[in-house]
Amino acid sequence: MEHGLQSCHGCGLLSRPAPGAHEGRCPRCDEKLEFRKAASLERTMAYLIAAAVCYVPANLLPVMTTNTAGGSESDTIMQGVVLLWSPTGWPLSLIVLFASIMIPSAKIVALLYLVFTVKRGSIQNNAQRVRLYRMVEIVGRWSMVDVFVDTFTVSLIQLQPLMSVEPGPGLLFFAAVVVLTMLAVESFDPRLIWDAAAAKETKHEVQHA
Amino acid sequence: MEIQHHHTDCNRPLADGSLVACLDCDLLQRIPEVPPGASVRCPRCDKELWRHKPDSLNRTFALTLAALVLYLIANTVPMLGIHAAGREAFTTVVGGARQLWLDGQQIVSVLVLFAAVISPALQIGFLLLIVIGCQWERPPAWVGLFLRHLHFTRTWSMIEVMLLGVLVALTKIADYATVILGTALFALFALVVLLAAIQSTFDPREVWQRVRWAEPEAEISQVENAEVKS
Repeated sequence: MEHGLQSCHGCGLLSRPAPGAHEGRCPRCDEKLEFRKAASLERTMAYLIAAAVCYVPANLLPVMTTNTAGGSESDTIMQGVVLLWSPTGWPLSLIVLFASIMIPSAKIVALLYLVFTVKRGSIQNNAQRVRLYRMVEIVGRWSMVDVFVDTFTVSLIQLQPLMSVEPGPGLLFFAAVVVLTMLAVESFDPRLIWDAAAAKETKHEVQHA
Repeated sequence: MEIQHHHTDCNRPLADGSLVACLDCDLLQRIPEVPPGASVRCPRCDKELWRHKPDSLNRTFALTLAALVLYLIANTVPMLGIHAAGREAFTTVVGGARQLWLDGQQIVSVLVLFAAVISPALQIGFLLLIVIGCQWERPPAWVGLFLRHLHFTRTWSMIEVMLLGVLVALTKIADYATVILGTALFALFALVVLLAAIQSTFDPREVWQRVRWAEPEAEISQVENAEVKS
């Protein structure tokens, strides 16, 4: 950026914008170009707040209701984890606990940390912070696992009138948390992590000149 | 020499085509030519900038064709079934999304369909079009269009996550009923392996270096610059 060049997220080509322009298009692949992702921190924060709001009903409302002749029973995500816990099922139970409860909350906290450190102009632990970002990016998709668990449980257990399972209202909020945090990750521009240090360096050079 | 463009918002290429800025930390650097199998990493943030994959396009073509066949099988035959109380019931991936829709969860249903059926189809389709387009010496500009959007289809294609979900669902259901594994389930397992293999054989940089540019005049100017330099 300090050289006035823009790199393309579509194909990686580095090019020079028209004089005075802040936006352009990539001559090779036609992608829209900017120096940094537009309103990156604001959009990341907006998605994070929305995700945090949805996180509450996602964990409190039932995601599944089981109807049997004896009555019906609703389970939240956490109750699903507990139900799965058995001498043979405990590894899967741990996976669901990790994917559905730990990952979404860790993702929100990690991204909040990244946004705040960038806002504060931190120049420390840059390499670790960008590694954290990449980890969040890779691990995040696995949160969807509970959505698929519920989908296939619901679609298989349709043995009316003996037993049937239907999705609960928590499922929509849970899916929203997963999608919103994925969008938050996409909106964050990791290059912002390095900008504070680069700005400091330029200022230093100007003072010495 | 100043080059005139029809489109004023189009950026001008640099004279040195091997110069890049790391997409994770913006460090300006040159990508060196490395032998097949080796990779180039950003010295500052350790992002992998390029991995030189040997025989990339031929291998990707073969793997993608196999993936297409498996995808078609996975979405036409039953995936799971149960046997309980003298009755049998089967479902497919689309059937799972359909039941959610009928139960009033339309939004989640569309999301499941998108992540497990539509995105993988787009991913396989885009890859096929890219490798077919690369049979030309200079692949046409639409190859670049599909390659540019390939990342999006990969982000939202979640077959491997779905399989883990199926495994958990089966464990739960096994308490009430006998579970029957369908052919589609095995096809999906193989598809996950193939998609991972494609990921490690496909080299986008090779395509980008050959593809015709969206802005032909800018491309000509880069060639001229390179000649002047050498």
